[in-house]
This record gives sequence, structure tokens and C-alpha cells, in this order.
Amino acid sequence: MSRVQTTLRYVVLTIGAIAFLFPFYYMFIGSLQAEPDPTIAGAFPNPANLTGENYVEINERINLGIGLLNSGIFTCGVILGTVVFGALAGYALAILHWRGRGVTFALALLVQVVPFQLLMIPLYVLIARDYGLADTHLGMILPFLINSSAVIIFRQYFIGIPRDIFEAARIDGAGELRLLWNVALPLVRPALLTVVLLTFIGPWNEFLWPFLITKDEALQPLAVSLANYIANVAATASNPFGASLAGAFVLAVPAVTLFIVFQRYFTSTNLGSGVKG
Amino acid sequence: MTATATTPAAVTPRRPRRKPLGANPLGILFSAPYLVFVIAIFAFPLAFSVYMAFHDYFFTAPGFEADRPFVGFDNFRNVLTDPLVWRSFGNVGIFLLINVPLTVVLSLVLATALNRIVHARAFYRVAFYVPYVTASVAVVAVWLFLFNGDGLVNTLLGPLAPDPSWLVNSGLAMPTIALFVTWKGLGFYILLYLAALQAVPKELYESAQMDGAGKVRSFFSVTVPSVRPATLLVVLLSTITGANLFTEPYLLTSGGGPDGASVSPALLIYQRGIQQGTPDTAAAIGVLLVILVLVVAWLQRRFVGGEGR
Repeated sequence: MSRVQTTLRYVVLTIGAIAFLFPFYYMFIGSLQAEPDPTIAGAFPNPANLTGENYVEINERINLGIGLLNSGIFTCGVILGTVVFGALAGYALAILHWRGRGVTFALALLVQVVPFQLLMIPLYVLIARDYGLADTHLGMILPFLINSSAVIIFRQYFIGIPRDIFEAARIDGAGELRLLWNVALPLVRPALLTVVLLTFIGPWNEFLWPFLITKDEALQPLAVSLANYIANVAATASNPFGASLAGAFVLAVPAVTLFIVFQRYFTSTNLGSGVKG
Repeated sequence: MTATATTPAAVTPRRPRRKPLGANPLGILFSAPYLVFVIAIFAFPLAFSVYMAFHDYFFTAPGFEADRPFVGFDNFRNVLTDPLVWRSFGNVGIFLLINVPLTVVLSLVLATALNRIVHARAFYRVAFYVPYVTASVAVVAVWLFLFNGDGLVNTLLGPLAPDPSWLVNSGLAMPTIALFVTWKGLGFYILLYLAALQAVPKELYESAQMDGAGKVRSFFSVTVPSVRPATLLVVLLSTITGANLFTEPYLLTSGGGPDGASVSPALLIYQRGIQQGTPDTAAAIGVLLVILVLVVAWLQRRFVGGEGR
């Protein structure tokens, strides 16, 4: 392999990395500017133009703590539902032989290609109007309760466990639930982290659904309250860009941190089989 | 990868089955919550939205039973005579024409480069998927700052800056959204391609080299055909993303502006269904969109190919 080619690869990758990372850097710099500075010099920190005011300003308009809390409840509910029910379904699909298994697996694949936004009207009618779950955390969580990609990832990992292990435990008289909890799950611990990461992205970043069913500001996840701020209120703020960038930074940090810390559980090998089925 | 998808045959010789529900009927119980979820959240709402599209459906107070007569294709007639609906479908077309080729080319090139290097692989991989894991709402705020009239992008472009600026220019609003979505999703597609690239047998490259093929030649004759199933998946997922566009036109171009130039079907469904209180019209738009997505997906399958899973 020639040195020129290797250098070229790093050049291409570095240009890519800058294109992906610069907006995040710029988000942070912009959130600290007293006066928005769109010049080239504005892309570098300028001590004369630094302030924490934007964070105070956005926190006065939308309560960041409440927003983060609601995002957290929404996300944790979905992760809990996905891990519990997803592991059960994945186990049934991988280990147990029962009628309807093939159809269920096909459904789990099919569901992933249904454009979710198209279901928004019927789901809105059902959940907000018929069940009266508007402005509740449960109503927010329900449509996302079990992530189908996670079901498939669980199945994929459970299939990889040697059958003899299950047979041995069954002979010892262990029930299936016990097998799942004490034998299968401990063996696929990395899959558990991959599933948690993959599931996290959905509700933490989701905008449309919680936007539709939460009118009460005290229940809105941060993505919704920030979007409402950008769409409606920003025009009246003294430094609209600074304040919305400060809010954006607060919304982005938990997700980015999580994925940097656990990056080795979110690679092509962890996901490849799951998303491809 | 495809090999692992098939279920391994049972180790023990198959006993004659007498149970009508299979050897482990417990499987049904374990899958029951998921099956109920799929029926309640996907199957029933899908059927419900087809029902709405063919009836004069409107919102009523909870518990109040109203008469909602069957109206045949009336809702579809309303939708198809609405120029804004046509505009929104055209916009998805523009979106796909920009987003799909750009996504396929950039993610394949970056994944190929990433697959060959030795140092700092984790750094690049993380750098590429950071936008994917971040909320659209958060990154939209930066793009608004970057692409507004006197934002950094226009400052850099100087006299080349478009007038009116990107997001308020009717010719550029939709392409800017397509660029945004490409940038945001690329990291995920790079991961998909990486998985596919790692499954390409090394021998193929060796024999291509023996036949005298250079790097570029072997990229086009070995890599590109080998990852075709991944390409089909990438194309399909981008199409679904295009059909789902909502947050970007809602926030980046303040509701599909200027003057409908970046309106998307999902945005129209929201405006017609929730804001204007005509869920039947909105459902008809949804049904048409599903049909269109299926047709586009079928065409893509024919042209991109990919030998099944």
C-alpha cells in the first residue's frame, strides 16, 4: 500500500470529520457570544464577546431542568419497555419453537419500513382523543414502547448462544423465564448496551409526536420546548441565536456524551445484523 | 451476515409434533406484548387511516358518537386538486434526487477509506455519527445560524452568496434541507457500509490485483458490486426518511416556506389534519404517500438490485 494513498485516505477522512464536527463546535461558540458574530473571526473565541447570559436567557424562557426531566422520563420509559418486552420477544424468536414465529419475525422487519409520520393522525385520534392520554408521559411513550430494531438485535445475539447451554439448564429444571434472565441475558451483555444506545436516539431526539400531544409546557420534552422557542419566541429575544444555541447545546450534550463514552458498543458489527435482519 | 439470519436447525432429531401451537407455546406468551404493540401502534392505525380517507371524518368531543358517512374518493379528489399537495410530492422528488446519490456516494467513499486505515478509526467513526445521534432540533439551531442571510456560510462565500439567502430562496430551500438531512444521517449509513465492506472476501481483491486491476478499478469492479445489498438498504432508508420529513421544513424554513417551496407531505398532514381539523384529507395524503413510497421502493429494488437477503 503506497504512502500517498494512505495520506489521501486520512485527508479525505479528516475533511469529513471537520464537516461533521464543526457545526457542534460552532454551536458551543455561538452559545457563548454576547453579540452574534457571523464573521470568520467569530468562529474563534473572543474574550471580549464571551458571556453565559444566553444560558440564563433560554432558561428563563423555557425551563431547561423540566425539559431535561421530561426528555429523561420519556426516554427511560421507552428504553425500559424495549429492554423488557424486546428481550422477551427476541428470546421467543431465537430460542423457542412456536407457531407464528416466522410471521412475527417478518412483522418486526416490516414495521421498520413503515413511515411513522403517516400514522400520526390515527395515532393522535386514538391516543389523545379516544384514550385521553394527551399531556401525559404514558401517551408520549406508547407509540415508541418497543423498538423493533432492538427486537431483531436481541434475536440475533440469542441465536449466537450455543444450544447445549439451554438444554443443560432445561434438564436441571430451569423454566424459560429463568433461562432468559439467568442464562441468556448475562451472555449477551454487550447487546444490551447496543440496544440501550440505539433506543435512546429515538425518544431523546423525537420532536413530532411529543409536539403533537403535549400542549402543557410542564410536560414537554426539551426538544419540543426548544423547537417552540425557535419557531415562536426567538424573534422577541435580545440575542435569539445565542439563546437557541445555548438550548441546543444543552439538548445535544447528553446524547453526544453517551455515544462517546460507549462508542465501542455502537459499531457496524453491533448493528449490522440488527438493521439488516 | 446473511448466513446468521437463517435459523440453525435443531440439534436434537425432530420429535413428531403433537402440539398445535408448536413445541414451545410459551413463545407466543413471550411475544404477546410485542405483537399487541405492533397491532395497536402500526396495523390498526394503518387500517384506521385508510378508513378515514374514505369517510367524512372529523374530530368530535370524546365520547360523542357522530355520523361519518362513506364518501368514496371525495377526499382523494380534494387532495389531488390541491396544488400544494403536488408541490409537496414534487419536493420529496427534489429531496430524493439530491439526498440519495449524495448519501450513497459519500458514505461509501468514507466507509471505504475508514475500512482501510489503521489509526484513529474510533475517532473518525464517532465524528461521523455525532450528527446522527443528536436531535434535529438542536442541529437545526446551528444551521439557522450558519445559513441565515448574514451567517458564516454567506460571509465565506462573499459575492457568491445567493440572494435571497439559502433558506428563504424558493429554489434553494429544498436543496438546503436535502443537504442538511444528508449531513445528519451519513454516519449511520457509513456504519451500514462498514458492515458490508467487512464481509467482502479478501480473495476477491487479491484476484482483481492479479488480473492487473488498480485501486480505482477494483473499487468499481469488486467493492461496488459486493456491497449492493447494503446500497439497496441505504437507498430504501433514505426514501423513507424523505417521506417522513417534518422537523426540517417546520423549523429550518419556518413551515415549508418560502411560499410552499419546501413543504413536505408530513408537514401537510400535520397542517390539514391537526391545525385545520380535516383528518380525512390528511389521511388521504398519507395513503397516497404510502403508495408512492412503495412504488419508488419497488423501482429502486429493480434498478439497484441486490440479491435478496
